This record gives sequence, C-alpha cells and structure tokens, in this order.
Amino acid sequence: MRIIVCIKQTLDTEAQIRISEDGKELRLQEAKTILNPYDEFAIEEALRIQEKAGGEVIVVSFGPDSVKEQILRGLAMGADRGILISSVPFRQSSSLLVATVLSKIVEQEKADLVLCGKQGIDEDNMQVGVMLAELLGWPHVNAVTQLTLSGPSAHVEREAEGGQIEVYRVELPAVLGAHKSLNTPRYASLPGIMKAKKKPLETKTVSDLGLQESALQQLVQAVAVSYEFPPKKPTGKLFKGGSTEAMVAEVVALLRTEASVL
Amino acid sequence: MNILVFLEQRDNVLKKSSLEALCVAHHILQGAGTVEALILGEETQALCQQAEGFGATTCHYVDAPSLRNYQPLLYKELVVQAAQRLQPDCILGMTTPLTRDLLTRCAAHLKAPILTDLVTVEVQEGRLTGGKKPLYAGKVLANMAFQTQGLRIATFRPNSFRVQKIPGTMTIQAMQLDIPGTAMEKIALTEIRKGKSQKADLTEASRIISGGRSLGSADNFAILQQCADVLGATVGASRAAVDAGYATHDMQVGQTGKTVNPTLYIACGISGAIQHVAGMRTSKIIVAINKDPEAPIFSITDYGIVADLFEAVPILTKKLQELLKE
Repeated sequence: MRIIVCIKQTLDTEAQIRISEDGKELRLQEAKTILNPYDEFAIEEALRIQEKAGGEVIVVSFGPDSVKEQILRGLAMGADRGILISSVPFRQSSSLLVATVLSKIVEQEKADLVLCGKQGIDEDNMQVGVMLAELLGWPHVNAVTQLTLSGPSAHVEREAEGGQIEVYRVELPAVLGAHKSLNTPRYASLPGIMKAKKKPLETKTVSDLGLQESALQQLVQAVAVSYEFPPKKPTGKLFKGGSTEAMVAEVVALLRTEASVL
Repeated sequence: MNILVFLEQRDNVLKKSSLEALCVAHHILQGAGTVEALILGEETQALCQQAEGFGATTCHYVDAPSLRNYQPLLYKELVVQAAQRLQPDCILGMTTPLTRDLLTRCAAHLKAPILTDLVTVEVQEGRLTGGKKPLYAGKVLANMAFQTQGLRIATFRPNSFRVQKIPGTMTIQAMQLDIPGTAMEKIALTEIRKGKSQKADLTEASRIISGGRSLGSADNFAILQQCADVLGATVGASRAAVDAGYATHDMQVGQTGKTVNPTLYIACGISGAIQHVAGMRTSKIIVAINKDPEAPIFSITDYGIVADLFEAVPILTKKLQELLKE
C-alpha cells in the first residue's frame, strides 16, 4: 500500500496575527510556523497502517521552501520520503489550485490512499481534501476518528453533529481527513531525526507534474482583498465581592432585560 | 438572477439554520430574482412547508429512501444535476459538516469558486460579490471577493444573519432527478450511532455552556449539563479540560477544536487562553464565571462573575429555571 500524506505549514496556535498598514496583507514572516496539528494525526495513521500492511508512506506538501522543516518532521516520525512541490511562483492560491496540484502527484505516485488533516488551522476551509477526492473521482470522509482497513474496503467512523458517529464503508483508493481522536501521534526520536536527514526529499515544480502555471492561476477564483481585526468588545460588567447568589441573580436578570438573550 | 439554496435535513428534521440561508438569499436578490430551495431526503415534501415564509419562491424536493441520510457521492450528483437544471447564479447553504463536504465537492465538480463560513455578505445589483470570513479561528477577518463571473457558491456561519418572516408565497415541487444506482458503490453511510448528546452541534448551537480544567473531573461536568438542560444549551469544553480527559474532543471549543457563534456563551472556570478565545469570541453575549479576577477571559465578557464555579453554577441553574418557567 502506498500512502500519501498531504501536510501544510501553519502558524503556531499562540501566534499573534499582524496586518500590514494598508490592510491588504497579513504579516506572518516573524511568526513561528508549525506542522498543521491535524496533519500529525494523518502521518501517525499512515505509519500505523504501514506497520501492519507494509508499503510506503510519502509526505507531500505544496508550499514554500521552508515547508521542508515540516516534511522532515514527518520523515523523523517514520515516513519513507518527502516531496515538496514549490508554491513559490504563486502569489495567490486557492483550495482548487492546491487540490489540482496534489491530484497530479497522487496520480504520478499511484497512491492507494491519501490522508490529510481534517482542516488547516489557518484558513479553516476544510476544502483541499474533498476537492482532491473529487478531482480524482475518489470517495472522501473528513474528521475521521476511526479507520480500519480490510482488503480494498475501509470501515471509517467520523465525528458528526451533536456527538453522533457516522459509519461509512469506503472503497479504496480514497482521501481521508484525520481528526485528533484518531490516534496519539508518536514523538520523533533522536535517531529518527538523524535518519530523516538522509531520507529522500525531492523538490518539484508544477511543470514537473505536467501543469502550467498560467492554467493554475485561473483556478484562483476568489481572493482576500483586505484583512481586519474583529471589532473589540466594549468592556463588560464585572461582578465581584458580593454574595454568589446575588451576583448570579443580577446577571441572570441582565441577560433578559439588557442583553435580551433569555 | 436566481439563487439555489441547499436546505439541510437531519433525521428528517429541517435544520433551523437552513432558514437563515433562505433569508440571506432573499437579502441578496431583494426581489430581483427567484430563490429556489432544494431539499434531499425521504418524505421530504412535508419538510418543504417549514421553509415557507422565509423568502423561497419554490421549494424543490427529491424524495427517495436512499436519500434518508447523507450519501456523499449521491448527494453531490443530485445537487450538480439540480444546478445544471436551474442554472443559478449562486448556490448557498449554511456552514455545517454536511455542506463542508457536499458543496465543496460540488464546487470542485463545477469548477466554481466557493467561499465558506461567511459572517457577512457583500452584494452588488442582486449578486453576491463576497463577504467577511474569519481566519485563524477568528483572530482576523478576511474580506473575500469573487473574481470570476460564473456560478458562485457560498456558505454562512450559523447565527450570523437575522432570520425573519418574509411575505410571499412558495410553490412546493417534486424535482425529478436521475438517481444513479452506482453512486453508493464507492462510499456509503451505513450507520449513525447516537452519541451521548442529542443537542445541537456546538457549531450551530445558539446557547453554549463550557467548562475548563478547574471542573476537576469528567463527573463534575454534570453540573454544566444540568444547567445546559435548563437552557437548551450544548456543553462545550476548553482544550485544557479535553487534554485532562474531562471532556471529549467533539466538545472542544477553540482553534484546534470548534469555532462557535452562539447568542449566549457561558464560560465556567475557563481562563481565556488565546486559542480558546479565538474559537468563541464572536458569541453575541459572553458570560464568564471564574475565581480569578485577573483571568484574561474577563476582558472579553459582557458579564463576568468572580466566584467559585461549583457554588455559582448550581445557583445559575436554579435562577434560570425560575426565570424560564415564568
């Protein structure tokens, strides 16, 4: 079984986001980058499948040169090789563009299964996985909490609404998005980190995949024209020092009379 | 101009949030076109009536046993067919786990741009041109704009727009679509296991009460559940509480959990870490109960109570019960 794990570089969850003075760009250069947290669960699941069924785990990312750091992290966890497809020529991107690029590498590598994190914690779109599946004509399930493979079929459970669990029967090849309760990702060991540096990490351009930059640019059909911070809330009322009973009673009354939410 | 609104049913109940999408469609068109609603399921004709009075011109339904539950490729096939038949300028829906899958897949199939989770809309001459979308779990808002002229797809964050009755009549119509027999070969939803909670999902809940690590144990979350039962609220948790094993992952509010947008959010024993606040700051009214008067959560609350949650929450439950009984 050949498994491709698609990963993304994101900002650390504690990072403060800055906006350029003209409001047109985000200033993210100084912020610390991490491997998108959900992608770790995808890598871990791929490694567990490989441990049982054999095969190869390839970590793939479409991004800037610095994503090598996150790919290396995947290799240090145990993946066999990495592929970076350079996003450098693209000033703007879209989920469809990313999915199109990834679909070519999946075809080129003849993968049997694609795993990704359920969402990037930056744009929160949850789009690339399902678009990739659509372009490949493959089934897709996102927010997967349990995965059991049996031959060409997969038993997939996902977290649905209100705590419900949806169970899917999925025929491989497929694209699956990992949720955090899927597994507990391993730490990269020191020998793992040393070994990772010797594993193959190829850098490709979109033309290596038979794609044209200009055609891909056409897939950017909606863009962010500016950014702003959410409006600051006016200072609220703080109750302290009184009896708990009285303070709670007052707040409950205000929720009805002032806030009109009860 | 016409807009196709995907109405969502779950367990054969029309989702309340779907009505919000209809109201947005009406707001976009301002009468200069038709709002076509589409509902897929089994025995869906009766559900259409619930959509009446919210701006839809026609409610199309497809009724088949195989559509009772969401079937990814089957639903996609039917929405694509409906779009090809009705030729809308725009397909709209609410941001839900289902549409995140379905409408995104349709967008890739139709090569149409999609904006998800909009909290405002920009409109020009009866066309949706873009809107604000939260990024980084709400730490920043992006003003998104469509760049092309063809079909556009958008979904909205629940509870972001006003739902109101809109005068006018609605026609209910069965839509004859070709239900392909092969669509469930590659993927089929075979079972839905009822989880513990039958409440609205956190992302759609209009009231939420959340607990932090200071709850101290999973059992202690029961005091929040009692309060939630009185309020008709959904119980959430901070990452610290989830990491400590007091609450399940699906309850987590925050950047690596769920982003929520209720009208009332009650945070109990939650300090207000940046990654938690990012996931709930757009709540209309925020109440916090915390022992520590310096807790950062108080900087974003409308009503803060400095008190021990184990004392305050049962009182809160009692007071709410009295008030809501009236």
